[in-house]
Amino acid sequence: MSEPRVERPGLYYPKLPTTWWLRNTNYFLFMLRELSSVFIMVFLVLFLVELYRLSQGPKAYGAYLETLRAPGWIVFHVVALAFALYHSVTWFKLSGVVQVVRVGERQVPPSLVTAASFALWAVVSIVLLWFMVRG
Amino acid sequence: MSDATITLEVTRYRPGHDREPHPQSFEVPFQKDWVVLDALNHIKDRIDGTLSYRWSCRMGVCGSCGMMVNGVPKLTCAAFLRDYRPGPIRVEPLANFPVIRDLVIALDDFMEKLRRVKPWIIRAEEKPVSEGEYRQTPAQLETYKQFSMCINCMLCYAACPVYGLAPAFVGPAAIALAYRYNLDSRDEGYRLREPVMSDAVGVWECTFVGECSVVCPKGVDPAAAIQRSKLAGATDWLLSMVMPWGGRR
Ligand code: SF4
Ligand code: FES
Repeated sequence: MSEPRVERPGLYYPKLPTTWWLRNTNYFLFMLRELSSVFIMVFLVLFLVELYRLSQGPKAYGAYLETLRAPGWIVFHVVALAFALYHSVTWFKLSGVVQVVRVGERQVPPSLVTAASFALWAVVSIVLLWFMVRG
Repeated sequence: MSDATITLEVTRYRPGHDREPHPQSFEVPFQKDWVVLDALNHIKDRIDGTLSYRWSCRMGVCGSCGMMVNGVPKLTCAAFLRDYRPGPIRVEPLANFPVIRDLVIALDDFMEKLRRVKPWIIRAEEKPVSEGEYRQTPAQLETYKQFSMCINCMLCYAACPVYGLAPAFVGPAAIALAYRYNLDSRDEGYRLREPVMSDAVGVWECTFVGECSVVCPKGVDPAAAIQRSKLAGATDWLLSMVMPWGGRR
């Protein structure tokens, strides 16, 4: 955060209320996107623990998987998956705007860049899924 | 002319008298082709001559009539009363800026930020006038044209919660303008603008809420300019770390 500004006498300085993000849908969706990272972080921690337990052998790993089967954790994973999807979709939608792709002197339209990102995402997901199902 | 009217709730603030701004209601004739600015002019001419606000061109060019209309930053010369029926219509000074009086906000902070990004063509070495102008192809113009359409209306600052929370943030329009010059094939000032852009209150202060681009009346898309500047800055930094000759000029 930055230095407090010098306030000039006579002027009225408005303060942004802490509920600013409830003022319009876009602010609210932005906050959701920020919040989604908390869930993704917790999921990653769980995943790291899972890898650690895997390194301790099949018994430890099995016990851990059993813990994760508790209804609370299942609900958590469903919510985390929803947030991860939301985060990814918004991310890819923005990617077209942020990443300028040029072919020769022409700029590829952002919608096309976004569509390509989505396509790539789908392909990678399918390949991973195939490995998982096959494995 | 019909007898229909519409109510405007206009924010009043008299420095030295009022501790805080407060709304005052005015009933104005409803005309199909009137914009909010027409209604304000009606109030000033016929009802209360002390009402203060800025405007000039009345055609979306000068950028001086920006206000909050029902909580959304708008050019009041482009906000039709008919789109807000039946009313009342809330008219407030642009959010996030200090208020001087009624609907008039202080511009100094924005002006200083514009100056800070050096929005002009910088050359490593100026060539003498006798050698002619710096030329540019239509394609080179196209790369930055969108970002040069800004009319400095500051709607984007009013829409930006980051600016509201941390007023030191250089902000959407100033960064878009810096980016516009960085993209210009005639310009060589990237390095000189870089300290402002990569400062803690520069591009990295932005969390990409994106509302600046939604409210911009000129399709400038300052949010895109900021994110692309981040990308350029990060790439530049990476190159300077791994390449012996460093990053960009
Ligand atoms: S970027 Fe758009 S909203 Fe911001 S000052 Fe320029 S024209 Fe106005
Ligand atoms: S009066 Fe000039 S932009 Fe509205």
